Amino acid sequence: MPQNEYIERHQKLYGRRLDYEERKRKREAREPHKRAEKARKLRGIKAKIFNKERRNEKIQMKKKIKAHEEKNVKQNTEKVAEGAVPVYLLDRDIQSRAKVLSNMIKQKRKEKAGKWDVPIPKVRAQADAEVFKVLKSGKTKRKAWKRMVTKVTFVGENFTRKPPKFERFIRPMALRFKKAHVTHPELKATFCLPIIGVKKNPSSQMYTSLGVITKGTVIEVNISELGLVTQAGKVVWGKYAQVSNNPENDGVINAILLV
Amino acid sequence: MDISNDLPSCVQARFKSDTGEETGSPLDLPLTINKDQLTLICNALLKEEDKQFLFFVKDTEITSTLHEALDLTKLNSEEVVDIIYQQQAVFKVRPVTRCTSSIPGHAEAVISTCFSPSGNNLASGSGDTTVRFWDLNTQTPLHVCKGHTNWVLCISWSPDGSKLASACKQGRIMLWDPITGNQIGKTMMGHKQWVTALTWEPYIRNPECRKLASSSKDGDVRIWDTVTGHTVLSLTGHSKAVTCVKWGGTGLIYTSSQDRTIKVWRADDGILCRTLEGHAHWVNTLALSTDYVLRTGPFHPILDRLDSTNDRTILQQRALQRYEETCHKGEERLVSGSDDFTLFLWLPEKEKRPLARMTGHQQLINDVKFSPDTRIIASASFDKSVKLWESTTGKFITTLRGHVQAVYMVAWSADSRLLLSSSADSTLKVWNLKTKKLELDLPGHADEVYAVDWSPDGSYVASGGKDKVLKLWQH
Repeated sequence: MPQNEYIERHQKLYGRRLDYEERKRKREAREPHKRAEKARKLRGIKAKIFNKERRNEKIQMKKKIKAHEEKNVKQNTEKVAEGAVPVYLLDRDIQSRAKVLSNMIKQKRKEKAGKWDVPIPKVRAQADAEVFKVLKSGKTKRKAWKRMVTKVTFVGENFTRKPPKFERFIRPMALRFKKAHVTHPELKATFCLPIIGVKKNPSSQMYTSLGVITKGTVIEVNISELGLVTQAGKVVWGKYAQVSNNPENDGVINAILLV
Repeated sequence: MDISNDLPSCVQARFKSDTGEETGSPLDLPLTINKDQLTLICNALLKEEDKQFLFFVKDTEITSTLHEALDLTKLNSEEVVDIIYQQQAVFKVRPVTRCTSSIPGHAEAVISTCFSPSGNNLASGSGDTTVRFWDLNTQTPLHVCKGHTNWVLCISWSPDGSKLASACKQGRIMLWDPITGNQIGKTMMGHKQWVTALTWEPYIRNPECRKLASSSKDGDVRIWDTVTGHTVLSLTGHSKAVTCVKWGGTGLIYTSSQDRTIKVWRADDGILCRTLEGHAHWVNTLALSTDYVLRTGPFHPILDRLDSTNDRTILQQRALQRYEETCHKGEERLVSGSDDFTLFLWLPEKEKRPLARMTGHQQLINDVKFSPDTRIIASASFDKSVKLWESTTGKFITTLRGHVQAVYMVAWSADSRLLLSSSADSTLKVWNLKTKKLELDLPGHADEVYAVDWSPDGSYVASGGKDKVLKLWQH
């Protein structure tokens, strides 16, 4: 294995061979001949692979040449817009008004259907036995009313545990999460954002109230640092995101922002 | 006891023309005299034959007998009753009733249609960048004129009918020969944005039909010499888009703009004469009382059919004579419609102050036109109605309701007895000015009707709209 950039270093120190350029030119000139010889010699699967690669290369070349040619031609044919209107309607934006209206209707419909229109529509139901582990308690370990949540949870900041006698659900500290990696689907960028709360765990209402986060759960994240602005000009604070991985397996929460 | 027995059976009456001139001495007229008899008397007094009149007593029209038009309770039998007569056009235009042909051809919405001043030719401009001429006799396409690079927004016939000017959204103006369909001269370039209106120098000023004025969105008005294809004058002064331009018969150019003003320019040297202020929003449209006379120029649609001279001086004299007949006191009136829902009536040659402000519309006013006899103003508004106003005082006459969407354009018949309106609801409607009611509903277009024109001789109506066909309507 080469250690460090010793070739570059040598070149910097002592320069190249005096006939470097000449040799390079010759090598490059020889290249097509070599390639042709190779193409002639190859047989069988190797020939097939070689020819396929060569064909793709040629296609790319031709495309590039065409693109260059098109760039050189001056294009002055401006397309005439459709939907001609008389002079008295030109300044009146009648079309865009109709467009705005239909856009508004679409937006409203989206909002109505919004609850169900999420990136992962179908979520595997989480059984109670899977989420909760029964803890035995009492002097003789006869009592079995305590449950430990075995999935990732979100617990609010000002939560204090109840006294052990009354604590039916234990949410282990190791599985509590405060942040999620949220991907903005249009920006195609991911941000590590603080979680505000669990909006809905589709498996059960109880999980939602406990803050259990499994795949498909809709969580609310704080996106104020993204600097998104509402139409009225206010900074958007909280937005919903759907969890896209199994956080209990991965140790991180990945989510997709619902826009 | 019957009340009518108390009343005199006769009144003292005097005939007056609508310009206020008295005709003959006061007469004793029986109250039961009807309209036909009044017409006979009036004809006899004026030494005319077979002319039609409308009679008014204190702004009430006499429809059947004098008795009904008079307010009998207030009638002072000592006084002389003034009967005002208005002469009506000698000819009668029959209302268009049917679509004789719908000619496809345009590949995009038809934005403008216009009949030539003589009424023999028809042209239309469209969103497919072409101007097309149509053969009225066979009702088929005649020429397709390609040359513009964008929507042809407005077209205008020269007053002698030998040229058609068209302007496109790129701000270029071209001239076309209606006989061959070829372009005349060079393309006139200069406007930086689209052209909103075109108007030719009136025939009475110059029978050569050489100068053309165009207004543009970029706030300029340019006067072109169409022979050389250069700008003669550029009238700059409006701070926003100019919406309409009119070339008056007295050598003044009137322009309306979105900067809320109307400006009056002298056409010869381009000096701004006065600025008419009053509107509170964009001024959309202008109409001159002499529009019809200036448009038809030397051609009288009915009377000149038979004798056709080509002598320009004779034709100009004829045009001048008709112009003077139309504006009897030698004054052009101007009416402007605006986005502030009002109309203003101006005497632009003399005063800066408006004659009248006409309110009543509930939406912006898109089009306004004087009737050919200059007595009535019709205004089309986006509030789905057409309103009629008296052109001398600006008094409201009536509202014509019937359209279910915005009314885009109105067109008068040559005899001022009928009015046509086109609307976004895809219909044309013909209104009878006598009854002030809907005469006919003309459905047929598949979409909004953008442009409508009634030929100057009244025999055809052409309409075009968003559905790309040009329709011709006849009686």
